[in-house]
Amino acid sequence: MTTPVLSIRDLVVDFPFHDEVFRAVNGVSFDIMPGEVVGVVGESGAGKSMTGSAVIGLIERPGRISSGEIRLKGERIDNLSEPEKAKLRGKRIGMVFQDPLTSLNPLYTVGRQLVETIRAHLPLNEAEARQKAIDLLTEAGIPKAAERIDSYPHQFSGGMRQRVVIALAIAAEPELIIADEPTSALDVSVQAQIIKVLKKLCTNHGAAVMLITHDMGVIAQTADRLVVMHHGKVVETGTVGDIIRRPREPYTVKLIDSIPTIERKEGQIAAATPANDDSAYVQVKNLVRDFELGRGSFTKLIPGKVEMFRAVSDVSFSIPKGQTFGLVGESGSGKSTCAKMIVGLVRPSSGHITVDGHDIWAGGAGHKERRKRVQMIFQDPYASLNPRWRVKDIIAEPMRTLGLARNKTEVEHRVAELLNKVRLDPSVMRKFPHEFSGGQRQRIAIARALSSQPEFIVCDEPTSALDVSVQAQVLDLMSELQSEFGLTYLLISHNLAVVRQMSTSVGVLHNGVLVERGPTDAIFDSPQADYTRMLLDAVPDISKVA
Amino acid sequence: MLAFIARRLMQSVIVMLVVAFIAFLVFRYVGDPLANLLSQDATMADYEEARERLGLNQPFYVQFYHFVVNALQGQFGVSYRLQQPVSQLILERLPATIELAVASSIIALVFGVFLGVYTALKQRAFSTGVIMTLSLIGVSLPTFLIGIGLIYVFAVELKWLPSFGRGEVIQIGWWRTGLLTQSGLRSLILPAITLSLFQLTLIMRLVRAEMMEVLRTDYIRFARARGLSSRAINFGHALKNTMVPVITITGLQLGSVIAFAIITETVFQWPGVGSLFVNSVAAVDVPVMAAYLVFVALVFVIINLIVDILYFIVDPRLRDGAKSGR
Repeated sequence: MTTPVLSIRDLVVDFPFHDEVFRAVNGVSFDIMPGEVVGVVGESGAGKSMTGSAVIGLIERPGRISSGEIRLKGERIDNLSEPEKAKLRGKRIGMVFQDPLTSLNPLYTVGRQLVETIRAHLPLNEAEARQKAIDLLTEAGIPKAAERIDSYPHQFSGGMRQRVVIALAIAAEPELIIADEPTSALDVSVQAQIIKVLKKLCTNHGAAVMLITHDMGVIAQTADRLVVMHHGKVVETGTVGDIIRRPREPYTVKLIDSIPTIERKEGQIAAATPANDDSAYVQVKNLVRDFELGRGSFTKLIPGKVEMFRAVSDVSFSIPKGQTFGLVGESGSGKSTCAKMIVGLVRPSSGHITVDGHDIWAGGAGHKERRKRVQMIFQDPYASLNPRWRVKDIIAEPMRTLGLARNKTEVEHRVAELLNKVRLDPSVMRKFPHEFSGGQRQRIAIARALSSQPEFIVCDEPTSALDVSVQAQVLDLMSELQSEFGLTYLLISHNLAVVRQMSTSVGVLHNGVLVERGPTDAIFDSPQADYTRMLLDAVPDISKVA
Repeated sequence: MLAFIARRLMQSVIVMLVVAFIAFLVFRYVGDPLANLLSQDATMADYEEARERLGLNQPFYVQFYHFVVNALQGQFGVSYRLQQPVSQLILERLPATIELAVASSIIALVFGVFLGVYTALKQRAFSTGVIMTLSLIGVSLPTFLIGIGLIYVFAVELKWLPSFGRGEVIQIGWWRTGLLTQSGLRSLILPAITLSLFQLTLIMRLVRAEMMEVLRTDYIRFARARGLSSRAINFGHALKNTMVPVITITGLQLGSVIAFAIITETVFQWPGVGSLFVNSVAAVDVPVMAAYLVFVALVFVIINLIVDILYFIVDPRLRDGAKSGR
């Protein structure tokens, strides 16, 4: 029997705080065999990243390994001294981090960072190291690597940067790569490419991979075996196909059930009424938004050609009352700009938006009416609530500014009612946002959106910052509220599965152009535009595990 | 980048014009310049003649124009007190101030950056606690007290170093330097330390805070995960990323050290522009004050320009931003 590349036995990681100890990893054991890709899944706080940090010896203080052992090719590595651990890092264990935008030093060229890393581990001179760097970049799929090696990280796109990060991680031919959420910060189509690159490079160089992610879809496409973690413990291990098709533990069953899939679930959403009906509740017609490029305040004084960037180009759609329109597209496709124009935050360059027959941008008395009828839910529940305000004030603010409540008791009464509606206990109204989890905060944000009794809510990536099981709860809540109040939603998301679950009709945005629009089922089952087809193919989905 | 510098230069010119205008107003309208220029027993005819000769009867904007043209040629008139051209007075004393300011800034930068990095890396060490506590004293003690304290210890009690003046100086062209003689260097030590203490603690605390911030970033973690040596990480990757705010503060500090070294210069009887300014204020020597105002503005404008250019050298992201014109 071959020795496993990585063998973890009864690992315990503790974080001592003042007088109590937080146990982040609690008796974790698993093996990774040579050339194997092992996925570690779990929700945030499950201890999966902490396990990765423990292996590479980068646990942040005051955390420490309290017991258990980690063996790399049979040698024990958890009790090595700091300088000996530093020698392992990069040389025998490589690591890929989540966010390619922040994992490269912005002040040095990509080449310099690569050469530095290569020369730290391999006996090469400057020119040889540079040649190896170019080879690595080429292998990672960066076109014209010899030219681009002297570029700075900000001159690369997110996907390209993640390729650089992967090249850096495998630079010294390590035996094990720890990839901590390597694709969560990327667009779907890029995600698929990066997974391919990671897998290809690891196969070529014979490295085993520990793939840490919350995204079951990614694991399903990449990993051989799966380790499910929950509250610092391993819940279940097995081959990917087995676990996804026949999960044994209740937690795994729940986790897999809560993952939205782009496959149709039976009997969820009523058929869509034909789009672009003139009687529709929300109508968007020929919406255009241009941004000026490259004009400083001083150069503006000099007349000349203005470079324009068209973020949104001639977008039209309509949403019948009480239905959900899903707007999908990758980052930079203009979907958030659309949302901002529809709620009245960004003025369109041309085109019309009407809600219930009123033009959003007509001004005058309609302005206040619009603020009352149209509300927005933002992506990041950590950033969209004022940290210095109590929940009560956050939810009551729209009522106060719009003069919807007469006195204090009425406000309090309404806030309690809204908290009940979003399944939170009314007693929480005296707390501050930091006392809540991400899912609870998003509920507070929904309660705030509902407090002006709107009819139309624009949801900009409402669940992309949340864990899958929490995401499922928030989506359920949104559906229930929709049927209870007859709300109309514009749901903006890069997650095709979420859109499929929630919307009656869908529009696909690509570079500011609405490439396709129609009832959800029609688009997902028989996409017409090439771009839509590409997008659908790129989605890592658990249903693709045959 | 050239477009950016050109734009900054334009802004600098506007700033200088505004300052020149204020200086002109001070010069022209704080008291009657003729009352200061002419003797007590001058007749009305003398006044008229002087007014004509100095161009004081011309319209306001013509006078301002002349003021600017003269200022560009370095002429700010004649000091009432010393009866010498103002520009000559300032130029004579400038080397003393610049030598003092540069020496103290170098002390502050070298020790400030070093101690800042040290205390950021060894956050829990006992020595860090001692340094941080001492730095609080450095920030809170007024400059004159530190100066007097140093004079008492090193000049009066230990008699190691001189307590005042510049010592022997050597003339190189118009620049009179104290850096080439032993007594000049010995005289520089105490005032330079006095002047640098505040900046030193400021830079140290800034570097420490920035460094601690940078050490928490993903790219530092990633650099560690790639197995780079801690030397390369701390001094190569981390320190360079702390530099932008440090450059800003150091630049502004150098400016204020040159312009407002007044207290230190007074305590140590240092013959620089600061003491010239104090004496001129006491004697209501308006031309010197006006020229000093323009001079201080010029120092700050030049330093800001250098700081902006340094940003470009340090941070490649700005270079691209400038290329696209933003």
